Amino acid sequence: MSYLHLAILAPLLFSIFIPFFYKIFRRIHTGWFVLPLPIILFIYFLTFIPITSNQKTIIESLNWIPSLGINFTAKVDGLGLLFALLITGIGALVVLYSIYYLAKDKEKLNTFYVYLLLFMGAMLGVVLSDNLIVMYAFWELTSFSSFLLIGYWYERDKSRYGAQKSMLITVFGGLAMLCGIILLYIMTGTFSITEIVPQSNEIFHHALFIPALLCILLGAFTKSAQFPFYIWLPDAMEAPTPVSAYLHSATMVKAGIYLVARFTPVFGESSVWFWLVAGVGMITLIWGSVFAVKQTDLKSILAFSTVSQLGLIMSLLGVGAAALHYEALDDNIFTVATTAAIFHLINHATFKGSLFMAAGIIDHETGTRDIHKLGGLMHVMPITFTISMIGAFSMAGLPPFNGFLSKEMFFTAMVHVTEMDIFNLETWGVLFPVIAWFASVFTFIYCMILVFKTFMGKYQPEKLGKKPHEAPIGMLISPIILVSLVIIFGLFPNLLSDSLISPAMAAVLPSLLQVGGVFEVHITFWHGLTIELFMTMGVIIMGLILYKTYPKWKKIYKAIPEKLSINGFYDGTIERSQSVSNKLMNMNMNGSIRSYLAYIFAFLIIILSTTLIWKNAFKLDTSNVSSIGVYEVVLAIFVMVGSISILFVKSRMTSIILLGAVGYTVSLFYVLFRAPDLALTQLVIETISVALFLVCFYHLPKLRKFETRLTFKLTNALISFGVGAVVTAIALSAHSNKLFSSISQYYVENTYEEAAGKNMVNVILVDFRGFDTLFEITVLAIAALGIYSMIKLRLNRGKEG
Amino acid sequence: MEVLMSIVVGILFSAAVYLMLSKSLLRIIIGTGLLSHGAHLLILTMGGLKTGAAPLLGEHAKVYVDPLPQALILTAIVISFGVTSFFLVLAYRSYQELGTDDMDQLRGNDQYE
Repeated sequence: MSYLHLAILAPLLFSIFIPFFYKIFRRIHTGWFVLPLPIILFIYFLTFIPITSNQKTIIESLNWIPSLGINFTAKVDGLGLLFALLITGIGALVVLYSIYYLAKDKEKLNTFYVYLLLFMGAMLGVVLSDNLIVMYAFWELTSFSSFLLIGYWYERDKSRYGAQKSMLITVFGGLAMLCGIILLYIMTGTFSITEIVPQSNEIFHHALFIPALLCILLGAFTKSAQFPFYIWLPDAMEAPTPVSAYLHSATMVKAGIYLVARFTPVFGESSVWFWLVAGVGMITLIWGSVFAVKQTDLKSILAFSTVSQLGLIMSLLGVGAAALHYEALDDNIFTVATTAAIFHLINHATFKGSLFMAAGIIDHETGTRDIHKLGGLMHVMPITFTISMIGAFSMAGLPPFNGFLSKEMFFTAMVHVTEMDIFNLETWGVLFPVIAWFASVFTFIYCMILVFKTFMGKYQPEKLGKKPHEAPIGMLISPIILVSLVIIFGLFPNLLSDSLISPAMAAVLPSLLQVGGVFEVHITFWHGLTIELFMTMGVIIMGLILYKTYPKWKKIYKAIPEKLSINGFYDGTIERSQSVSNKLMNMNMNGSIRSYLAYIFAFLIIILSTTLIWKNAFKLDTSNVSSIGVYEVVLAIFVMVGSISILFVKSRMTSIILLGAVGYTVSLFYVLFRAPDLALTQLVIETISVALFLVCFYHLPKLRKFETRLTFKLTNALISFGVGAVVTAIALSAHSNKLFSSISQYYVENTYEEAAGKNMVNVILVDFRGFDTLFEITVLAIAALGIYSMIKLRLNRGKEG
Repeated sequence: MEVLMSIVVGILFSAAVYLMLSKSLLRIIIGTGLLSHGAHLLILTMGGLKTGAAPLLGEHAKVYVDPLPQALILTAIVISFGVTSFFLVLAYRSYQELGTDDMDQLRGNDQYE
């Protein structure tokens, strides 16, 4: 157990104590007790930067289930460290923000911080685990704690709906990922990513390569809200705003990004990977940005913009993986996509976190998040306005903020795609810069809507729930820190390049590095008059035009029918699967014993007869049969007629007597077939049985005066005929296929010598196989006791128990 | 003879299954009775018929019939008797308590829905 393990588990362990803090220190906001932990962890993870920037990794292992190859191996490399810093850093800011956002006397703070710490620990576990099974365990813990956080206000219907939806979708993806992990284990024999990466060549030519790739990607796409699995994210906005800021913009939705980045060295060389990651990312990018414009709720706009930005990062990672095809690093222009992906990952976490917090402030101080009701808040809330503006302009990709830099690099990467000569990119590659440009225009539009519809325009105090005023300073600290990062990273981007981006790239594209080599990352503001710059200008001009004319063309959105949406499909699937399974069960399980018996017998017939036919097992061999005598024929006719006529008689009495007749005939059979003991027993028992039948059924109160004949039912007749036929067929085949002779010669020889008896049947019953008899006696005893208690024990319904 | 007995057993099984699929509790129990007769005869038939003297050493015969199936059947007869009598009393009691022997009226589903 090293400090590293302790750091990962610290939030989980600390969460145990939160309820105690909450109960004991009622007067202090519980968040203050939580706050030091992410700060300490952030500082602790900062100490790793010198190590990872020298391209070294730290691996600490702790045995968990060594016999299955599952060990808690913590690994810190550039990629893991970047995420760990995001998680702890933004975690600290979010905790600080939540202290002012959640009132200590109205909310259940103890559960909130327990869930939040669970989530933080789980996220740290996901990004710092080297063992895939351990990573999967933490992965599911993130889904679970996110479920709890979304449903934090569980008394609201929408919260529960959103929580359930996100749970179903992310757990579906998580299980697919588990399949992928197992397939990888089958291919490589290890769960450790560090050991899997060197084997990527063998994996590439393995038959299970594509299934494993698809399963892993399914996990990544569902978690990172990619098309068409993004639908849970807008509904997850029912969570408290600190949760949305933390989980649904900065950390959890990037777990899928992390997964894709982490598996790029394994799968990246495949064209399937390229087209799925880059293609789905592109679709998500344009889809999210187009639909963000339509939203009227601040958090919904932010949710769709998160979807769109995640698509952007995802497509950059896909394009970056194509760099693996170009060996020489020196003139490898395609690595810029990976640089852009990692840089934008950091940028997105900063500006999206601040935007969510600003939206939370607006909600908190005005009582609404609807942009139709908001407006003219610039003078009332100047600080929030500044924060929102910087965040939104950065998201739109305007200089001098960090979003501008990453958008320029994004365009650069997308323009370079057209120069690639692999995967049919000569023809299709031109789509990438075109989609990227259009998506950026829409991004620009919704960023403008976000700022100007909220803060500019007419001030409408009568529509607001409260009298708006500027937020308390404590609530503003976190977004201010985030927007100052937006500006700092915008002005001095190379602060990050050597310390974080280059080591993270080394983790994503290890095969491009020589031993001891480093990625030279240099982000500049000004590249000269390049095509990217003109694209950005085009985005701004086109975006401004479209923003100004938005009221005229927004009717286009109404042309898209609601029923065809993915949400409609999801709701329909859930509803239909429930109603179909309900109907199916109501149809099958109708409560009638007759139908169940019919199922059982039909199944028996089908299984046995198909086996007989399929194995060609039916055989009739008459060489081994004994002769037929007159007596036996007469008795056989008796039994057959007797048993069939039971089906046709009307009265109970007759059928009981007919059953007795069959029983006595059977005992006569025993006589003919030389079984004296059987004949005796059968006679006696048949007598008693018939007497019992008479006692029970003849002397009963006349319930139904009219005894009815058995009504004929074709299905029943078919089933019963089938059972009889199958039994006969099996009996004949079994008799014709005697494989070995009986062991009974032993009994014949030893009954007198060993057991001192002459009646072989009796000696077998009490001597050779006496145990059977013992338990047969037990059966009788139990039956007798049971009958006695059934008759004697009369608990009335009133005093049952 | 075994062929004939197999057919007899098949007819016993058919009649038994048809009765068990009926509505009345009495007929179901009669069906189980027929089914056990069929099963016992089947065991005896499969052991081989009329191949020798009754399994008593006092007969001093050269060949005896197989004693093992007879022992098995004897056990089975007793057990099926125990179970049948238990069922009979159970049916009798359910008559008394519930006032019907119609299996369709004894369905449990409706009142709990």
